[in-house]
Amino acid sequence: MQDEVVSVKDFCKIYGNVNAVDGISFEVHRGEIFGLLGPNGAGKTTTLESLEGLRQPTSGSLSILGVNPTLQSQKLNNLIGVQLQASGLPGSMTTKEAMEFFCAYHHVAPRPDLLVRLGLGEKLASQYSTLSTGLQRRLSLALAIAHDPPVVLLDEPTAGLDVGSRVELHEVMRELKAKGSTIILATHDMAEAEKMTDRVAILLKGKIVATGSPTQLTATGSGLVKISVSTEASCLLTNTTDFPEVSQKLLKDEYAIYYSRNAGATVPPIFDYLKEHDDRLVDLRVERPSLEDRFLEITQPDHSEGGKS
Amino acid sequence: MTAFFHHFMYDFRVGLRDKSLLLLNYLFPLGFYLLMGFLMTGLNPTFAPTMIPAMILVAVMACTMLGLPNPVVESREAGIFRSFRINGVPALSIVTIPVLTSFAHVILVSIIITVTAVPFFNAGIPTNWGWFVMIGLLTIFNFASLGMLIGVVSASARSIVLFSQLIFLPSMILGGLMIPSSMLPPALFRVSLLLPTVHSMNAWTSLAFNMKPVFDPRWSLLILLSSGVIAYVLAIYLFNWDSKNRRRGRNPLLALITWVPYILGAIFLVS
Repeated sequence: MQDEVVSVKDFCKIYGNVNAVDGISFEVHRGEIFGLLGPNGAGKTTTLESLEGLRQPTSGSLSILGVNPTLQSQKLNNLIGVQLQASGLPGSMTTKEAMEFFCAYHHVAPRPDLLVRLGLGEKLASQYSTLSTGLQRRLSLALAIAHDPPVVLLDEPTAGLDVGSRVELHEVMRELKAKGSTIILATHDMAEAEKMTDRVAILLKGKIVATGSPTQLTATGSGLVKISVSTEASCLLTNTTDFPEVSQKLLKDEYAIYYSRNAGATVPPIFDYLKEHDDRLVDLRVERPSLEDRFLEITQPDHSEGGKS
Repeated sequence: MTAFFHHFMYDFRVGLRDKSLLLLNYLFPLGFYLLMGFLMTGLNPTFAPTMIPAMILVAVMACTMLGLPNPVVESREAGIFRSFRINGVPALSIVTIPVLTSFAHVILVSIIITVTAVPFFNAGIPTNWGWFVMIGLLTIFNFASLGMLIGVVSASARSIVLFSQLIFLPSMILGGLMIPSSMLPPALFRVSLLLPTVHSMNAWTSLAFNMKPVFDPRWSLLILLSSGVIAYVLAIYLFNWDSKNRRRGRNPLLALITWVPYILGAIFLVS
């Protein structure tokens, strides 16, 4: 797990007078799924494209399995599989042609089994432009992994996918990881990142502002636990009493929502209060902050829930 | 080599599968050939002897000037070349394969024209088949390289229309296809020497059809070959994988070097 597969050191990319990526460093290890998170324009795609050899760094160094993406593009091609954000295939190319075409350039036999596995078995003769977004994404993924690359770079792989396709894609990612492939995943989908990645880096304005496992990141936030309570008589909705350790209270859809620094200290007094007011509990939810909450806290500190106390 | 073959076969099939390319590669040149065969042979008796090379030239221009450049720009703009690059498709293949498939399409149309023009329209038959084929191949190479260069340097489909029509339309009028260029007024004749079709027709009619040349056909062969090679080399040199990442220092205006052999011809061949 500790073998370094991808290394990014002090990477900067400047377009004109725009500093798209500003001195970021990270490494990804063998068999790891690493998430690159950030709002639009944070530098995720620039970082990925530089790792793919499509862009030249302004300064700093990048390497994939010891290969410099800019200078050794021929070597790089067989080391990486890439699912680009944009289509990347001619509209008139059929599914079967695409598989034959790309496998031929990677010097491997075509993988019809992969097309069948990803639900494209009946679409072999269909032209790319006639496939649905979900099937186009599946085909892109099939082409990206057909040559069994040790490193897979996925740029918003589940954008525009239905739930079924998303689950299928996650399953494929798990299989790749189990086989020892390293995956770098750029995504806007925090739930996906939390579920799939081992570690993430959050980029903001070209800089890494947080890095670690999703669990570590959520633990290092404000630490506020969300406690949502609904009762029969809704006595909490009109209550003005402050419960211990609560930093903020919100009312939403018959629920009183408390952001607490310590759920253990907050919940018992809420029960006591209900008892005193002869009210009965309908629903109680205690949720630790999600990666999305932490992401919002980092990227939009003024707008994150629980951060307005 | 397998990859190159797959790429070639795919590109060739697209030339038949894509409706607009099918129109430009086959339907338009063959339709135009039939129309000219029925109309021009009756109206202009000097047309029939040079009908075969003239109609082949129309097919060459439709395929290479009107058909070839557009997919290049579309692929670049849609990120297809980026995807190709990541997957190890070399720039040389991207530039060369459409040129080769142009050969395939034009040769098929040329065979149809050559085989049918004599019995249907009493067209002139080549007296030297070796030169006929050689000049045909040289002409296709010249135009296909030029078409690829237009695709490489054009920023959009609108630029392609502009650049392609700058060659296609004058070639149809002044290029010696409908009227022999020797019948043009001197000033227009000098201008016509800037067009590849004039040199193809001059070489074809004199070397393959044993007619009197307008000027020494060896100069035409040299001009066609040199401008074709320049265009092909420049297409590789100026090729961009994507529009957002244009290579520094590689100015698209360099493409104008392709016209140097024609300009020299226009200056010295009539002086």
